[in-house]
Amino acid sequence: MISWAHPGAILILGAILIPFLKGGVKKAYLLILPSLAFLSILTMHEGTYWVAQFLGQEMIFGRVDKLSTIFAYVFAVAAFVSMVYGLHVKEDGHHVAGFVYAGSAIGAVFAGDFLTLLVFWEFMAFSSVFLILYGNTTKAYNAAFRYILVHVFGGVCLMAGIFLHYSETGSLAFGHIGVGGLSSSLILIGFILNAAVPPLGAWLPDAYPEATISGTVFMAAFTTKSAVYVLIRGFAGAEVLLWLGVIMAVYGIIYAMMENDIRRLLSYHIMSQVGYMVAAVGIGTEMALNGAAAFAFTNIIYKALLFMGTGAVVYATGKSKATDLGGVYRTMPLTFILYMIGGAAISGVPIFAGFVSKSMIVSAAAEEHLPYAWLFLTLASSGTFLSTTLKLPYHTFMGKDKGIEAKEAPLNMILAMAIAALLCVFIGVYPKFLYDMLPYATDYRPYTLDHIVWTAQILLLTWLGFYILIKKLHHSEPHISLDTDWFYRKGAVVFMGFADEVIASVDNAVGRAYDKVFLRFGEWMSKLSFRFDTGVIDGILDGMGRFSSVYGPAFSLRNLGFDKDVVDGIVNGVSDFTVSLASAMRRFQTGLVSDYAFAILAGLLILLNVFFFLF
Amino acid sequence: MIRPDRIFEDPQRKKTFKGVAYALMALFIAVDFIMPRHHAPFFWDEIPGFSSVFGLAACVLIIAVSKALGKFWLHKKEDYYD
Repeated sequence: MISWAHPGAILILGAILIPFLKGGVKKAYLLILPSLAFLSILTMHEGTYWVAQFLGQEMIFGRVDKLSTIFAYVFAVAAFVSMVYGLHVKEDGHHVAGFVYAGSAIGAVFAGDFLTLLVFWEFMAFSSVFLILYGNTTKAYNAAFRYILVHVFGGVCLMAGIFLHYSETGSLAFGHIGVGGLSSSLILIGFILNAAVPPLGAWLPDAYPEATISGTVFMAAFTTKSAVYVLIRGFAGAEVLLWLGVIMAVYGIIYAMMENDIRRLLSYHIMSQVGYMVAAVGIGTEMALNGAAAFAFTNIIYKALLFMGTGAVVYATGKSKATDLGGVYRTMPLTFILYMIGGAAISGVPIFAGFVSKSMIVSAAAEEHLPYAWLFLTLASSGTFLSTTLKLPYHTFMGKDKGIEAKEAPLNMILAMAIAALLCVFIGVYPKFLYDMLPYATDYRPYTLDHIVWTAQILLLTWLGFYILIKKLHHSEPHISLDTDWFYRKGAVVFMGFADEVIASVDNAVGRAYDKVFLRFGEWMSKLSFRFDTGVIDGILDGMGRFSSVYGPAFSLRNLGFDKDVVDGIVNGVSDFTVSLASAMRRFQTGLVSDYAFAILAGLLILLNVFFFLF
Repeated sequence: MIRPDRIFEDPQRKKTFKGVAYALMALFIAVDFIMPRHHAPFFWDEIPGFSSVFGLAACVLIIAVSKALGKFWLHKKEDYYD
C-alpha cells in the first residue's frame, strides 16, 4: 500500500493556505504540515509510485527505497524544527517559501527521472532565494541576486547535461551515471555546484549569512544535502569526488577559522561537512555510502542546532560579528548550553550523534586503505572542534564581557533547539535507530575502545592547542575573506573595466583597420580598376577603335558605347560595393559592451539549441 | 559563593576544569599504550599516542595556515566589495 499523498506535495500545496489563516490556527497549521509530511513518509513502502505522463515522457514522482526515504525523513524533521524556530516570523511569504523549498527538496529526493528532478531542483533555487530576500537589507538583495544567478547557471548546466544524456541514451531515467563524456560532466557540474564544492561553492557562505535568521536554518538543511543524495545516486565511486571532497573538508575549515561573522563561519563549516559526504560518495563502498547517508542525516540536525544558536544570538543582540560579541552566556545561558550540545555532536564527542555517523566515513577510508584521505579528514575533524565548538563559542558566549544587553531567546526558538539537541543525544546513545534506516545493512559498531580512545585524544589535544594559541585567535579588526565569488563580484567589475577599455581599443583598432584595409582597398580597387579601365580596356578599345576606324567608323562608335556603359559600369559598381560593404560592417562596431555580451549570449543560446536538436 | 551568571570567571573552577582536562589527556594516552589493537589499517595505528600528537599538530597547523592566508592574502576590509 502506498501513502495517501506525496510528502513534498503536502508541503508545497499545503503552503498555499497559509496566507488565509490567522493567529493560533495558523501556527498550528505551520506545525501540522511538516508532521503530515513525516507521517506520509512513515506509511510508504519501497517501490515506484506516482508515475505521470508528460510530453510522452514518464515522470516518476515516487521512487521509494531506503536511500530516498532516509533523506526524506530528515528533510521532514528539518522542516518541522525550522518551522518551530521561525514560528514568530510575521511574513506569510517567508513560511510559504520555506515550505515550498522543503517540499521541493523532498520532491527531488523521491524523483525517479531527470525531468522530475530538474523541476524540483529549480523550485528549490527559486523558493530559497526568498529566504535571503526577506533578510531585507541591501546586502541581502545583492547576495540573493548573486545566489540566483549562480544557481541558474548550475541549473542550465544540469539541464544541458540531461538533454544530452537523453539524446545519447534515449532515456530520462535517473540512475547511476558515472564520470565520462560531456553529458555526465555537465550533470556533475550541476550537482556539485549545489553541493558547494569549491571552486563552485562560494555562493553558500556568500548568501546564507544574509538570509533571515530562520531562513538560514532552512537553507542549511536542503540544498547541499539533496545534492549529496543525487551524487550518491548518480556518481557513487567516482574517484574525482573523493579528492574534491577531501579538499573541500579542509577548505571549509581554513575559511571557517578565518571568518569573523559567526553565521558565515558556520556556513563555511557546512562546506567542510559536505566535503566528508562528497568524499564518501567518491569512495563508493557500501560502508562509505552508508556513512554519507548517516552523516547527512545527523549533520542536518546538529548543523541546524548550531545555526539556531547563533541565530538566537543575532536575534537577541543584533550583532553577528565575533569582534562585536563576547560574554553572551550570562544573558543567554539556555542558548549557550543548547549550542554546546550541537557543538559536541558535530565534533564527534562520544554519546552524541556525530560520533556514530562521521566515523563511518573515516572508517570507510581506512578500509579502502586511503591514507591521505584519512589524514585530511581527521585533520578536518580536529578543525571542526576547533572552529565551531571552541573558537565560535569562545568569541560569542565567553571571552571578554562586552556588556551586551540581551534577553534569552524566545520560547519557540529554545524549544526548536531543544528538539534538535534531544535528537543529537538520542542518536548518539542509540545509534541502531539511525543504522536501521541506512541504505545498506550494516554491523558497524561505533563504541569500541580504540575508537573512543582515538577520538578523545584528538579532541583533548585540539583543545590544548586552542588553549595555548587562544590569544592568536582574536580578530584585531573586522574583515572579510576573499573566496572564489571574487571572480563574479570584484572580478566582474575589473573585467568590465578591462573589457570597456580593451574592447573600446580593439574597436578603435578594428575601425582603423577597416579604414585602412577595407576603405583603402575599396579606393585602391577603384583606382586600379580605373587604371585598368583607362589603361588596358580603353587602350584595347582605342586600339580596336583605331583598327576599326580604318575599316568602318560605325563599328568604332558601338565599341565606344560598350566601353562607357558596360565596362565603366562594372568597375564603378565593384568599387561602390566594397565601399558600402565596409561602411555597413562598421555599423556593427558599436563599442558597447552590452551589445557584445548580448551577441555572445545569443550565439551561445543558438549553439545550445543546435546541440539539442541535432543530437 | 559565585553568582551563577559568572560561573566561567571563577578562577577556582577554571583551575579545576584545566586539571580535569589534563588528567583525561594523561588517562587516554596511558590507555592507548596498553590497549589491544584489533584493527590497524595504517602503520600509525600501531603507535601509541599517535592521535594525541596528530590532534595537537592538526590544531596548530590549521591555526597557522588560516592566520597566514588571512594576513598575507585573503583578508580585506569589510567595505572591499562596496
